[in-house]
Amino acid sequence: MARLLLHFSVPLRAFELQLTLPVERTVALVGPSGAGKTSVLRVVAGLLQPARGGVSLDGVSWNGVPPERRRVGFVFQDYALFPHMTVRANVAFAGPVDDLLERFRIAHLADARPQELSGGERQRVALARALARKPGVLLLDEPLAALDAHTKAQVRSELHELLSELALPTLLVTHDYEDAASLADEVGVLVDGRLRQVAPPAELVARPADAFVASFTGANLLHGTASRGELTEVVLAGGERIFSTDEGEGEVGVVVYPWEVSVARAHADDSALNVIRGEIGSVVEVGNRVRVRVGPVTAEVTESSAARLELSSGGVAYATFKATGTRLVPL
Amino acid sequence: MIRRAVVWGAALAALAFLALPIAAIFARLSFQHLASSVVTDALGVSVKTTFVAQALVLLAGTPTAWVLARHRFRGRSLVVTLVELPIVLPPAVAGIGLLAAYGRMGLLHTSLPFTQAAVVVAVAFVSGPLYVRQAIAAFEGVDETLVAASRTLGAGPVKTFFHVVLPLARSGLAAGEALAFARGLGEFGATIMFAGSLQGVTQTLPLAVYQEFDVNFHTALALGGLLVFVSAALLVTLKWLASSSTSAFRFALSSSS
Repeated sequence: MARLLLHFSVPLRAFELQLTLPVERTVALVGPSGAGKTSVLRVVAGLLQPARGGVSLDGVSWNGVPPERRRVGFVFQDYALFPHMTVRANVAFAGPVDDLLERFRIAHLADARPQELSGGERQRVALARALARKPGVLLLDEPLAALDAHTKAQVRSELHELLSELALPTLLVTHDYEDAASLADEVGVLVDGRLRQVAPPAELVARPADAFVASFTGANLLHGTASRGELTEVVLAGGERIFSTDEGEGEVGVVVYPWEVSVARAHADDSALNVIRGEIGSVVEVGNRVRVRVGPVTAEVTESSAARLELSSGGVAYATFKATGTRLVPL
Repeated sequence: MIRRAVVWGAALAALAFLALPIAAIFARLSFQHLASSVVTDALGVSVKTTFVAQALVLLAGTPTAWVLARHRFRGRSLVVTLVELPIVLPPAVAGIGLLAAYGRMGLLHTSLPFTQAAVVVAVAFVSGPLYVRQAIAAFEGVDETLVAASRTLGAGPVKTFFHVVLPLARSGLAAGEALAFARGLGEFGATIMFAGSLQGVTQTLPLAVYQEFDVNFHTALALGGLLVFVSAALLVTLKWLASSSTSAFRFALSSSS
């Protein structure tokens, strides 16, 4: 397995982008827009020169190597297909076409212009073109952002298959944590040019390094004041007392994932559970699950329990979650 | 009603005013005068100098425009303004400037003035900026991501320029060149001051029109008719290029439809 190593810093407009990141399988960089994600790809491709450090593949430094000699397959966010060339010519621009058109199911579009294609087709052309280059490294900038919701699910699974088949060091950039988690072996959270945490998706959810990582991965983030005890006791901003098995003291962020919260209409008299009483807010169906807001907490419950509890009629409910599922992070 | 009649009347009067001189040339034109040696000599000089001048404009103007379009540096807008200055300069000023630079008494003391090469220099000086200005806009219209994509796909800067940038900027460049060509063909003031009007050597078509009008009015008319044809053909080409443009280039001519 090839190993791409990123170790550089480059001043951007608002901050300095600085990171050290080994890439062997698929690594997804996630973060808010303007965090420097695309700049990372541009440095790897040789389109942006770092002020210090650089990029190496299998120990061979790419410093001073121009983009055209880096063997990088770069799929740009808007695909950057050449509008004055046919699909076939676009792919052939990068190298021998071989069976790439068949493999990406674009053979019937060989003579079409990029302007005539749908978003999904354009993406397949862009991937075929990047692979015609016989790259040693794959760079994908927001590979799913330009697609509609329907196409996206299909492309996501195809892309996942392709990436495991290629087994290239792959760096992909997305602002969507779910895309990152479904495509990548490791996810790096990039904020203001710094990596907050790099870990497999499950690890990121289990042990978020800070409040931002937690809320970015979809967790509830509550503020509170912690004091030590057998369990850590946290007094939330709303006055509720809850407990956590994590250690902490002073101002902390309380992290609870929606799927670890259950909802009841009556107060469960179980001291092992944290309970928050609140008015039911929004009730939103997500696939076959229902996301419901109880006071400050979002819970994810099954459709059947949502119906049984008559959540859509509103009123007061109790959100409960275990002390072991209550993580404390620095703010 | 009255207001409408006034507006339409004014429009018709303006159109007649613009069309009349052109119509008059053709009303009194007889093509047999095109056979005179003044005409054939002037045509020869014009064709030769125009093509050499425009070749120089393309060869020097294209890289200049590329550099100015792609690079941001201190004083860039000053440089662009300098490039554009000859467009708005009165031709007589261009002529005296060229003499001051390349004349026998000029800064560089050359023997250029009043040779055929001087015609080329005058035409290139006056028409080149029109091309460069349009070419900058055409190059700026080429998506930078496509240039970056080309590089990551293995194309060096040269292949990228010829296979990606040039095809995408092509119609904008061609429209700019058509404008420069038309301006160069009609060049009068700078040429007569810097190159003179010597039949068979420096006398271009417009200069021949001027010389002939009090010698043989019919020859001048025939020359005029010839230039109207060439200019009209160029204008049609320009409009066609502007409407079939594939790059982001937009030309300031309204469509004829």
